Amino acid sequence: MTDKLVTAIIVVIAVPAVLVGYIWGTEQALRLVSERMKPRIRPWLWLLPAFGFLGVFLVYPMIGTVVTSLQDKFGKKFVGLTNYAWFFGSDDALTALKNNALWLIFLTLLTVGLGLLIAVLVDRVRYESVAKSVIFVPLAISMVAAGVIWLYMYGYSPPGAPQTGTLNAAIGAVGISPVPWLQVESFSVNTFALIIVMAWMWTGFAMVIISAALKGINPELLEAARVDGATELQVFRGIIFPLLVPTLVVISTTMIITALKAFDVVFTMTGGQLKTNVIGTLMYQEMFSFGNSARGAAIAVVLLVAIVPIMFFNISRFRAQEAIR
Amino acid sequence: MRSRWRFITPVVALGLVLAACSGGNNASAPAGSGGGSLSGATVTVIGTWTDVEQKNFLAMVKPWEDQTGATVKYQGTRSINDILAAGIPTGVLPDLAGLPGPGQMAEYVQAGALKPLDGVLDVNTYTSETAPGLVKLGQVDGKTYGVFIKASIKGLIWFNPKLHDYSSSPPATWDDLKTQAKANQGNAKAIWCLGISSGDASGWPATDWIESILLRQAGPDVYNSWWQGKTKWTDPAIKQAFDTYMNDVVANTFGGGTNAVATKFDLAGDPLFATPPGCEFLHQASFITGLGKFPKEKTGVDYNFFPFPSINDQFKGAVEGAGDLFGMFHDTPAAKSLMKYLVTAPAQDIWVKAGGALSANKNATDYPDDISKRSADILSKATAFVFDASDNMPTAMNAAFWSHMVSLTAGKETVDQALAALQKVADDAYSQ
Repeated sequence: MTDKLVTAIIVVIAVPAVLVGYIWGTEQALRLVSERMKPRIRPWLWLLPAFGFLGVFLVYPMIGTVVTSLQDKFGKKFVGLTNYAWFFGSDDALTALKNNALWLIFLTLLTVGLGLLIAVLVDRVRYESVAKSVIFVPLAISMVAAGVIWLYMYGYSPPGAPQTGTLNAAIGAVGISPVPWLQVESFSVNTFALIIVMAWMWTGFAMVIISAALKGINPELLEAARVDGATELQVFRGIIFPLLVPTLVVISTTMIITALKAFDVVFTMTGGQLKTNVIGTLMYQEMFSFGNSARGAAIAVVLLVAIVPIMFFNISRFRAQEAIR
Repeated sequence: MRSRWRFITPVVALGLVLAACSGGNNASAPAGSGGGSLSGATVTVIGTWTDVEQKNFLAMVKPWEDQTGATVKYQGTRSINDILAAGIPTGVLPDLAGLPGPGQMAEYVQAGALKPLDGVLDVNTYTSETAPGLVKLGQVDGKTYGVFIKASIKGLIWFNPKLHDYSSSPPATWDDLKTQAKANQGNAKAIWCLGISSGDASGWPATDWIESILLRQAGPDVYNSWWQGKTKWTDPAIKQAFDTYMNDVVANTFGGGTNAVATKFDLAGDPLFATPPGCEFLHQASFITGLGKFPKEKTGVDYNFFPFPSINDQFKGAVEGAGDLFGMFHDTPAAKSLMKYLVTAPAQDIWVKAGGALSANKNATDYPDDISKRSADILSKATAFVFDASDNMPTAMNAAFWSHMVSLTAGKETVDQALAALQKVADDAYSQ
């Protein structure tokens, strides 16, 4: 109890005190340099603590991960690129990589496409807020719970038995025999079944952001186009869509990163079996189930390398946008 | 096999043990010889039992304490492996302890930490009272170091007596089972019920099937060398077990392999009780009676079981199960006396009567229900006793075994493909 009190006092008083002290200290130190140099040095001194934290909490663990990925299972000796060779030579890992590519393409297309469609459609109806809330709600559900819910959706019973799975009951009503959705490996049907669960959750997110951008478009612009005789489709293609592109790009990159980090839904619904593994579940299995942190680290590095270009694109895009303003 | 342990051993606890020295004198006092000499002595014991099991164990040692005047200091812990591993080099060990398994027992013997029990137990009585398979497992180089305080068995075949009652003459061989199943199928839709879905451990009930078949087909030696990584997955003996599973079981399963993969293991037996029945048999350990529709049905009336039939006559009586192996680290007079007492029928009967345990001692007969009584009978006749193979494999191997059983059962790969892939995993998993 007293421990916690001491911690609280440190956080509330000592942390701001240290920060103020740091700034005061840097000003004292700056007296030593010439007036001309001061504006050049000051920002760097102010950035130093942030860089320090970044170094300790981001750069150091990242380097640590790379180092671990070059070691053996026990972290005792360096084995070069063995773990990477394993990754690119293992069927399981390549399946996971392929699935992640499917996730990346289709999760992004589904969420951004549906989000855009819904945002544009509900923009003009009276019950817009209700419709948007309903579509947004799944995002608030934990991913594990969503996985369990969708296990019921995809449930399978043998032909002839009562179908308790919603989807199979529905197709049974029109005389189609039940499909074990999560078991169909051909054309990665089971992976698509998992992607749909995630899309169900994230479409609301895309919709809300696109909708907000939509509201930001000047109505007079649209009015002018309509007065000039443009059809609704022309208004959308010629004005609304181009103005939404920056928003769509940001959401797409967010969804791409979400797809690359996919884990919960796969873990809950199939455990990665029947060729549904993704990088995230594979990494978990290697690190925690099999106790092979070297391979886990190698997978993490592959994932990182895959994400970096997307982050880079995102940032340059952001900069370009800032430049326009 | 995390999921299964949830039902078999409800053990959750933390604890640390400091060995205490018994202050007794050096006079050897056999159990039941009356108090006095051991009075005031203490025996430290650690085991994996907590909660109800701990209570049962303490009830079991109570008469010994009353008689000798010595006390048992018991600690229940889940991290027994770590405690013993840390204690071997330092010598800080309890007097008696549960051992993780025969493999570790042999290591402790080599380290010189475990004391032989040959002079402690009445060996002749012990051997005559105990199933030969269990006696063998407690031996290293012909000397006894471990005894089973309690055990459980797996690979039982459950049936619905209303369809056909097999209790009086259970099928003796696998072929006999197949013939009888066909003859008595009645309106049942299939012969077997199977459900192997179990979250990220999906597939384990199918690995149990392979183990049951392999043990009776190829015998305990092949079985053990298989999980130790010495016999290859592509070996004809292993392939034969997989083929038997695919051709005799999956091909005759209610709803086919697809349904087996989609069905949760705990609900696998439910079609036994449907009208008309979905299947005739379910292969599962005895904990199934607490799951699905079993608790609502009546033992002996709505369901019953028979032991897994023999396949190759040569290995008749081989049994797969789990057990609590016990060893002695300090040969104090009190510890010796307690050890000697624990394996006797009167001591064993105390726990057996409380339920939830099978005794290795065939003279312990106070079982509370018919299922345990008959399970104990199978155990006491065991000619060889083996532990769960997949549980003893490296985790990566075990997980791959589960996952390929799912693909195989779902019909996504052939036996040869699965075995080749498993051998590839084995080359990697056992080498590390």
